[in-house]
Amino acid sequence: MKTRDLVHVALFAALVAALGLLPPLTLPVIPVPITAQTLGVMLAGSTLGARKAGLSLLLFHLLVAAGLPLLSGGHGGLAVYPGPTGGFFVGFIPAAFVIGWLTERAWHRLSVPLAFAINMLGGVGVIYAVGIPWLAASAGLPLPKAAWGSLLFLPGDCVKAAFAASAAVTLKRAWPLIQPPRAAEPPAPPP
Amino acid sequence: MSLGLYVHRASPVHSTPAGAKMLGLLGAAITLLLFSSPPVLAAALATTLGLYALARLGPRELAFLLPLSAWVLLPLFVLQGVLSGWDTATRAVLRLAVLVLLAMLVSLTTRASDQLDTLQRALRPLARFGVSPARLGLLLALTLRFIPLVATWVHEVREAQRARGLEHHPLAVLVPLLVKTLRTADALAEAIDARGFDAEDPS
Repeated sequence: MKTRDLVHVALFAALVAALGLLPPLTLPVIPVPITAQTLGVMLAGSTLGARKAGLSLLLFHLLVAAGLPLLSGGHGGLAVYPGPTGGFFVGFIPAAFVIGWLTERAWHRLSVPLAFAINMLGGVGVIYAVGIPWLAASAGLPLPKAAWGSLLFLPGDCVKAAFAASAAVTLKRAWPLIQPPRAAEPPAPPP
Repeated sequence: MSLGLYVHRASPVHSTPAGAKMLGLLGAAITLLLFSSPPVLAAALATTLGLYALARLGPRELAFLLPLSAWVLLPLFVLQGVLSGWDTATRAVLRLAVLVLLAMLVSLTTRASDQLDTLQRALRPLARFGVSPARLGLLLALTLRFIPLVATWVHEVREAQRARGLEHHPLAVLVPLLVKTLRTADALAEAIDARGFDAEDPS
């Protein structure tokens, strides 16, 4: 890894943390505050690619586990993990990786609908796939009940995936970072 | 840095090494998941509260329990009681409460820096897979330094877009924020390279 990659990993971990510390962005139409860090997870994945995004979220978790209250709502410390929502947070790591991996593969034909599908798959599919069984085990709930309860967050996640997708496609034109898998030599970084 | 949950007291719990406490927590979590009979849980709860007393942590540090009980434990207890019986409900809620209390105890009595040092040491065997302690240290330091900075940027970008009447447009905030982050990353990487940090060095 080059120094630049290391810095990207660190800065996106900080971005995810900062998104959790901030007052939520409010929208005029939809009553869903865009606060949760899943937005940061999606942005990391679709900006950095699989490896760097996964590492970035891993780093974020290292800081949370060490007791910094960086998860939205000021949660942090090891107490997060046995709790009912621990799985959703742990799911951030594979989610960022999967979003990054799919974005890399779709890079040349990345459009807003495609990016939206990728962000939904990673940001909702993967996070729920880790979070719901964890919730069921931690709270001793039957799996279907845990799944139904989680659907509460689905509308907000759709909105977030839409914004992450638009941001990713705009950024692809403004400041492309991801190297598609078959590119021979990485071109010079933008000035 | 005021971030962190650590509360200083002079107590044997505070002076126990971070690694021992974290391993203890892991052990307790596994034990309680395997054996969660009511007597074991009651004993675990009593021991945990005893440890809080030993650490000289009082009701003020336990204030986090109130919202937790109101929003998670109590609804869960009722839901479970109705769905699968009060015995299961008591067991699940007690186990959750003990684990969260224990994990919180570790966070309250251990400095974040000590926990990070411990984690760094625990990850040292990964060096043979290319995870160098020097690089991990740089990553942690950079992230900690940049959390408040990125928070300031979000504020700045939102202010700038408010002046344009765009503060409710998330894309108008997100894209400049990302570009600012990436631009800073480039400048920072050059500065670090100029100081002779060798990112490829696996030592």
